[in-house]
Amino acid sequence: MALETVRVSPGFQKFLPKEYQDLVENGPFTKERKVSELGSFKEILEEHPMCAGCAMTLFIRVALLALPSVENSVIIGTAGCGRLALSQAAIPFVYGNYGDTNAVASGLKRGLSVRFKDKPKDVIVMAGDGGLADIGFSAVMHSWFRKEKFTTVMLDNEVYGNTGGQESGMTQKGMVLKMAPNGKKFEKMDMIGLAKTSGVAYIARIAPTNPTRVATTIRKAVLIAREVGPTYIQAYTSCNIEYAIPTPKVMDDARMVEKDRYGFMEYFTDEAKAYWEKTEADRRKLKGPAEKAESQETK
Amino acid sequence: MSEGLGEEVKTNPQGDVITAAPAPTKEAKKGAAAQRVVDPDYLFLQAPREKTFITGSEAAKEAIRRANVDVAISYPITPQSETMQQVGYLYAEGYVKDYYRGEEEYGVMSAIAGASRSGVRCLSATAGPGLMRGLEVISSWPGGRLPAVLLIMCRVINAPLAIQPDNVELSYMLNTGCLLFHAENQQDFYDYSLAAFMIGEKPEVTLPVAVAVDGFFVTHARGWVSLPAADIKLPPRDCYHEAVPMMDNENPPIRISRDAPIQKSNFISYQMHASWQQEIWAAQERSRKWIDRWLGGLIEVVNPKAKIMIVASGSAVSQSREAVRQAAEQGLEVGLVKIKSVRPFPADEVRAALDHAEKIIVPEFNYVGWLAKEVKSTIRGSERVISGPRVFGGMSMPTELILEYIMGTPNRR
Repeated sequence: MALETVRVSPGFQKFLPKEYQDLVENGPFTKERKVSELGSFKEILEEHPMCAGCAMTLFIRVALLALPSVENSVIIGTAGCGRLALSQAAIPFVYGNYGDTNAVASGLKRGLSVRFKDKPKDVIVMAGDGGLADIGFSAVMHSWFRKEKFTTVMLDNEVYGNTGGQESGMTQKGMVLKMAPNGKKFEKMDMIGLAKTSGVAYIARIAPTNPTRVATTIRKAVLIAREVGPTYIQAYTSCNIEYAIPTPKVMDDARMVEKDRYGFMEYFTDEAKAYWEKTEADRRKLKGPAEKAESQETK
Repeated sequence: MSEGLGEEVKTNPQGDVITAAPAPTKEAKKGAAAQRVVDPDYLFLQAPREKTFITGSEAAKEAIRRANVDVAISYPITPQSETMQQVGYLYAEGYVKDYYRGEEEYGVMSAIAGASRSGVRCLSATAGPGLMRGLEVISSWPGGRLPAVLLIMCRVINAPLAIQPDNVELSYMLNTGCLLFHAENQQDFYDYSLAAFMIGEKPEVTLPVAVAVDGFFVTHARGWVSLPAADIKLPPRDCYHEAVPMMDNENPPIRISRDAPIQKSNFISYQMHASWQQEIWAAQERSRKWIDRWLGGLIEVVNPKAKIMIVASGSAVSQSREAVRQAAEQGLEVGLVKIKSVRPFPADEVRAALDHAEKIIVPEFNYVGWLAKEVKSTIRGSERVISGPRVFGGMSMPTELILEYIMGTPNRR
């Protein structure tokens, strides 16, 4: 664990950067933080360069909070808006080539499994719709077929936002965007259906309208990936710039899209379901009053 | 994992054994468990060796057997396939800790990038079109400061489609930042591949190493290889003594990104990228002392005082050795400079070895003459260089052809 592998000599602690001290003392390392506590402690993600009103940023901020073992997590991204925030988070972040995320994650996870047999190291791919459904499609599908034990999170803004608004495979049919001047010709790719066909252990579709639900979904996906097999979360994280959503209306849009076509759904394989039910039963046995209060938030 | 490891040997209707190597036995599995770690100096330079008559693919397998590899990732392409399937047997026997067949070369080389970032020792292999497919990723390994070993069994690049030997693909490797060794024969392929792991993982190097060999001529042909005992192996990768932190989250919780996008339009960003590139090539230079120590230098020189000198790498060296012998039969002394390491390029050594030469011949197994260009750009008096003979597309190189260039200057360009 990070806080033990590299130790700071006690006499020098006060000379370390304030940010380091804050992260160690108040951050979410070794202790579970709740969504309701956001803003009251030093966060993993700070001072990001994302656009004002970006729903993706909210999603990423909550997702990082929800990681079951922040101090043992590694995140993999690729070109796109998401990595602008992820590369500035206090979690090791791998930025390789275009469309390589799930292949890199396969090698990274296997390597970590060789080195750390008694300590779970969580690998999380977090990349956009273009990175995963278009250029990274082959690597995504094959990591699922091979049952690689890591989580894939699609930050689905239904457009190539970072390169200036081009149509992607996850864009809705008929949308007029750059590189689709007459409107997109084919339907939004059914990555959730493909995930089911591929035998992905846990699949969820979610919009960031309920931060606590985002947190519980991420946590579930990472823990199931640790023990059972690949997990996939497809998150609607709108691009208010390219889709011209006024900044104050971003969450209104999220609620509208959620109601229309992006409603929350989750799917478990039998094995994942059995594992999760056992995990939750064990967790309930150990539950304290604070956690009971947290579970009230989700209702 | 252990499927297909029975004692039964399957044959096709003609009675030929289907597998390229016998299925692993229980006895073989004991071998892996019994291996002990030894000092690299002992394994490379001092351990007693015994001669064996094996193919280039088998020589690579014997290197990997002793390399203490953690993760090997394969994808079939002729003429490489046999080597990585042999590595699969090593995995089944317990010599390699994890192994799988990837989706295609881009995915394989990306997975190697992931595995190397995790701090484990990793290996892959490819050939011709496979190298082209993986080249975007391979070119990014040095920038990621990712030690790994890539075996390249050289093959024609399409089109037209062919599987024959031709090493034009190495010209694409020259500017990637990867170290690049070019093996002459089966013995070299064993020695270079094994040493490559240690050289690339040295703290002052921390770079990937590609070990190339000419396909079929070496991979599928037998040659004498001196091997140390199979019960010794290299020490494991020591990832915490390398140039960059591992992506294992064993670092203090601070905002570090080994793969930070440096894309801002300001001088600091330009300077960061520029200095990063300079450091990769400086690290290449720092590998020289280890190549000297473990491979006996970046070059080998035969008949150093001869006025006619041949410069060659890979299979062209073997053909040149024979041409040197035949020229001697005719009373003509011809020298030979064997290039073992193409990257780093042995510029000082080549200059010194060729300073006195009146005529320099560079035989190659490719159309573009990449080695001749390297030599010409390195030495004083490049008009002394005759870029040839060159064969390509799968053609062999008769020694008579080299002798023609020694005696005259046919097709001089």
